[in-house]
Amino acid sequence: MTATIERPAEKPVKAPPLHPRRRQLAVLAVLVLLAIPLPLVLPPALGAVAVRILIFLLMAVGWNIMSGFGGMFSFGHAAYFGLGAYTSAYLLVEHGVSPWIGMLAGMGVAAAVAVVIGYFSFRYRLQGAYFALATFAFAEALRLIATSSDFVNRAVGFQVPLIQGESLWQLQFAADSPAYFWVALVLAGLAVAVSIVFLHSRAGKYVTAIRDDELAAASLGTPVMRHKLLTVALSAAITAVAGAYYTQYYLFVNPDLAFGASVSIQAIVPVVIGGIGTVWGPVVGSVIMGSLSDVTATLLRTPPEFLGFLQGRSGLDVVLYAILLILIVRLLPKGIVGTLKERWRR
Amino acid sequence: MTTLSPQRKRLDAGMLKRGGVLAALVVLAIALALLQSGSALVVWQSVVTGILTGGLYGLIAMGLTLIFGVLDIVNFAHGALLAVAMFLAFGVVQTTGLHPYLALVASVPVLFLIGAAVHRGLLSGSGGGSLENQLLITLGLSLLLENGLLLFFGAEPRSVKLPGEIQIPLFGAVVAGSRLYAFAGAILLGALLYWLLRRTRLGTAIRAVAANGPGAELVGINVRRLHTLTFAIGTACAGAAAVLAAPLISITPTLGAQFNITAFVVVVLGGMGNVVGALVGGLLIGLVEQLTTIFLNGQSSLLGVFVVFVLVLFLRPQGLFGRRA
Repeated sequence: MTATIERPAEKPVKAPPLHPRRRQLAVLAVLVLLAIPLPLVLPPALGAVAVRILIFLLMAVGWNIMSGFGGMFSFGHAAYFGLGAYTSAYLLVEHGVSPWIGMLAGMGVAAAVAVVIGYFSFRYRLQGAYFALATFAFAEALRLIATSSDFVNRAVGFQVPLIQGESLWQLQFAADSPAYFWVALVLAGLAVAVSIVFLHSRAGKYVTAIRDDELAAASLGTPVMRHKLLTVALSAAITAVAGAYYTQYYLFVNPDLAFGASVSIQAIVPVVIGGIGTVWGPVVGSVIMGSLSDVTATLLRTPPEFLGFLQGRSGLDVVLYAILLILIVRLLPKGIVGTLKERWRR
Repeated sequence: MTTLSPQRKRLDAGMLKRGGVLAALVVLAIALALLQSGSALVVWQSVVTGILTGGLYGLIAMGLTLIFGVLDIVNFAHGALLAVAMFLAFGVVQTTGLHPYLALVASVPVLFLIGAAVHRGLLSGSGGGSLENQLLITLGLSLLLENGLLLFFGAEPRSVKLPGEIQIPLFGAVVAGSRLYAFAGAILLGALLYWLLRRTRLGTAIRAVAANGPGAELVGINVRRLHTLTFAIGTACAGAAAVLAAPLISITPTLGAQFNITAFVVVVLGGMGNVVGALVGGLLIGLVEQLTTIFLNGQSSLLGVFVVFVLVLFLRPQGLFGRRA
């Protein structure tokens, strides 16, 4: 026997893997391309569900940036959704400003408010439950202010005036027009793209480092406050887009629809179901939650014999996604995408 | 003060000073309210109503603060459990025709059992561990309970009438008897909890677990069982609060949400885990709410509550009577 040097088996040379950012952006591009023909093939009722899913997705992506990537658990994303909705509605109804400009203004207002709230919360070191309660309180305070201010029509809110014909600039189309879907698809696609780019950017790496160990990150010289505020502002701005688009799609907004606690919950639940802190979690979660709310709506409209008492009642959709939420947290604490990712690695 | 630490905290100079400042602020606010409204009777009426309503808030917050102090769980489902207990009380009164306060016999044990089941089934063990997960589970539970009630009972409000309801004159102000009884109930329950935590073996064990879980485990306390028990007691408090509050409000599936907000404010104000603090915090918030309606006519009374909440969160997150950790 001659001594041979153990050497690992030669591996075939593989092409270097794509940078995760490029890979994820490529997947996103494919998904968007696949989604484009949807409103043409789906029946109109399902087309509306698809738009709702995209609005959920915008909110979910916004929440995920702050609470998933940034680890700052927000319970009050209704604040930013509502600011987006109210800013664009106010500018449109009172001053005739295009909803596109209103949307941008809403993003700015939401980001600014988020930075102020964030600054004080971080300055006074609110963490965990206290931070969640503080964000919750701010959203509720905004709801109360909107409900009691003549400036924004108190509890009545705003009704978007209808225009003649269709106009992309005014963001109004015929009721069943696929254009609503396409515009929402572009917005949601952009939001997901922004979240991917942000996650892999220098700022994103700082933010995840701060989330994982704030003290260590700070002691290595990371500007903690600046990056937390940047994350919060980005998250709020994306959520505000959802608010502005919601108003434009349903042509109507009031304090409860904009700032209610259920809005914050609608931002949280898809991400939890999909997987907090993952790129695709919000996408998967929104699709599941959106479809679920459609199933329950149909069920309540025409219930089968043994569920006859449900006819005309409300609350079933929330009951179902509450059960889903509890089950996911108990059984798949990392969400669907997070759990799959873990299995994949093993 | 009954914070949940094992050693007795005496009133220290700082606490006396803060109490003095607080009392001065309250007197100042009342004086300003007098100037604003110009009618002593109106102000007196709101002070009385505020204090009595505040007792109720304290009552609702006591269970919440107990759960937070021992288990570190922010129970978002507390309000929804309160709503469940109210529907239970309504059902009992409706079907048996008993005096509304006798519904306590049903609501306290049932809520105790629900609390134990919720803790065992949902919150303890794997998946219930991290803070975010507990927030999400209690949030999910509150959605489930509220909308379950909505699904089965519909949204129309119900009410529980107190037989022989009287209006009691109080130095010019007039208060409903049920409000006064609820206030007395709050004081009584507060005293009971204080006694339980301070004077019984169970209370000592609860405080030991709150102060140092692993240490308590070492001296032979079954921490998991004690957590379940504490959660159940906290929930049972909601059961008691529901019966006392039922004659005062209209019962709807979503009534929990509004009480939840107030209860959280009270808990933070009184110092999380401080049972007597919850009662004092409740009284303060009741006053703030009533005075807000005098100062800001037409605005929601909750607005003042939020201002206080945010100030306390930022300036004294450990609460008025707690010490910085």
